[in-house]
Amino acid sequence: MPQLDLTTFPPQVIWLAISFIVLYLLMAKLGLPRIGRALEARRTRIEGDLEKAQQMKAEAEAVIAAYERALAEARQQAQQTLKETADRLNAEAAERQRKLAERLAAETGAAERRIAQAKTDALANIREVAVEVARAAAARLVGGEVDAGAATAAVDAALRERS
Amino acid sequence: MATENPLHQFTIKRLIEIHIGGIDASYTNSALLMSIAVAFITAFVVLTTRRAALVPGRWQSVTEMFYEFVVDMVDRNAGHDARPYLPFVFTLFAFILCGNLLGLIPYSFTFTSHIIVTFALAITVFIGVTIIGIARHGFRFLSLFVPHGVPKVLLLLLVPIELLSYCIRPFTLSIRLFANMLAGHTMLVIFAGFVAALGIAGILPLAVDSALVLLELLVAVLQAYVFAILTCLYLADALHLH
Repeated sequence: MPQLDLTTFPPQVIWLAISFIVLYLLMAKLGLPRIGRALEARRTRIEGDLEKAQQMKAEAEAVIAAYERALAEARQQAQQTLKETADRLNAEAAERQRKLAERLAAETGAAERRIAQAKTDALANIREVAVEVARAAAARLVGGEVDAGAATAAVDAALRERS
Repeated sequence: MATENPLHQFTIKRLIEIHIGGIDASYTNSALLMSIAVAFITAFVVLTTRRAALVPGRWQSVTEMFYEFVVDMVDRNAGHDARPYLPFVFTLFAFILCGNLLGLIPYSFTFTSHIIVTFALAITVFIGVTIIGIARHGFRFLSLFVPHGVPKVLLLLLVPIELLSYCIRPFTLSIRLFANMLAGHTMLVIFAGFVAALGIAGILPLAVDSALVLLELLVAVLQAYVFAILTCLYLADALHLH
């Protein structure tokens, strides 16, 4: 069995040691750092990209939030304006209404005063007419002039009785 | 019809006779295959990572996958603080794997089929791991041999067993690899011998040999992996005791 030939041990061990040490040094100093660098570069790159994507996402979200805030503000402002306009219009309408009512009330008052005046005038005229009529009637019935003062007094008494 | 001696393939041939101070340091076929392994691994790693592309090509991926496989193996089995020993485990794994696989090439030579080679590797691991353990833990390293939660009386029995199982590690480690390589390659040659001897019926041993080559490919990878992972586990013992 060639494996048990002791004379082959020294050359095998010597060259094993040389080969292994050479390979170890090549891997430790040259090979593995190269692989490690490539992997590290990739990991850094991927992490960088992820970070950038995260940042962009955050920015986009901020923009969306700002937009929504602006939208809400605009909406609120619009509602405010709408409400103010409605209030103003309501106030104006109420004012007009009030003025109209006042004018109407004033006109009504004036008309009433005129009517009262007319009524008073009419009543005064009625009294004079009644006195005239009473005197004429009395003259026709009695045949003689009735004193104007007495007729007036009689008409007033009669009017007071009626009213 | 004389078939070849199945053990003849393991013969060490001195290609260049070198003697230094009475010590035989000849460059043998074993040394040649070791040199090829070193050259191949180095060339493969260096050439495939030459461009170090952000998106790796096919060959760069092979190197990176192998590297990450070893990193993962070391991290999982020996912990993160075993990282300084990553180059050693990587070299060991790549060297044995390459030696096993190169040995499967016809007319080649398998340097891992020699007990002296596997033993030299195993004893290096054993001594290295023991030194790491003592340097790290000093006297407490001996607690590795004292199992936890065992009655004191049983320790009289268990401590020698633990000590023995620790000390036979280089032997089990080296014999496992050596025996697998020896058996596989011997079988391949035995069946190959039948192919010519049986004439037309030689197709049967040829089929067996074809299947055996596939099996040996698996064994070559597996045994390199087993050697590397056991190294990691021994390292874990030295770094963390129990």
